[in-house]
Amino acid sequence: MLINIRYFASLKEVLAKSEDSLETNKHLTAKDVWSELNPNQIMPDNTLVAINKTYATWNEELKSGDEVAFFPPVTGG
Amino acid sequence: MKIKIVEQSFMPLQEVDIYQQTATTFAGKFGATNIFIGTMRDFNDGNSVKGLTLEYYPGMTENYLEKIANTAMEQWKILDILLIHRVGKLSPNEAIVLIAVWASHRGDAFDACRYLMEDLKSKAPFWKKEQLATGSRWVKTNTSGYESGKK
Repeated sequence: MLINIRYFASLKEVLAKSEDSLETNKHLTAKDVWSELNPNQIMPDNTLVAINKTYATWNEELKSGDEVAFFPPVTGG
Repeated sequence: MKIKIVEQSFMPLQEVDIYQQTATTFAGKFGATNIFIGTMRDFNDGNSVKGLTLEYYPGMTENYLEKIANTAMEQWKILDILLIHRVGKLSPNEAIVLIAVWASHRGDAFDACRYLMEDLKSKAPFWKKEQLATGSRWVKTNTSGYESGKK
């Protein structure tokens, strides 16, 4: 299955990328996706996750075609 | 109900006037209009701030704002909402956010507007990066929502 990944704000700068993709046959959660793609980068404690543009939990199992987004706490308004 | 994310500078009071004049759904029914305008300051955390860049998550941000606007419409007796949020590069004195709420009575207009603003600040996917004289920095803190914002 194919998972598309987006990174925003400070995370995008730390990782030096705004997008990723992952082709895999494993059953993965969003947390697994981070570990697979960024094995040498510890995820900041306050990182938030969205799946298909909706806030999600870390242990939700992903489906093919899902878009996973990682981002820091929001600061709009 | 109208929700807009804009990349250019906007005039919040003019937006309210135009929306109110062209709205047909609540003409004659509203007795209270509550308007919140958030504006870019030229200082933060002890530093002079020369500019701001606002990033967002296209698709998710609009969906989130629509969700909280629908929640406000269900939770309070309000007639309409206009919400505009700026993204891109901003200078001090420019409007960042406008929330206008129309209701028959002031209590609902005040409360719904406060709920929308606090929820937006704590959960809507926007990120600010400040330009200082010495470089730039991401804003790291946000407020924690409606209940704590009231205190």
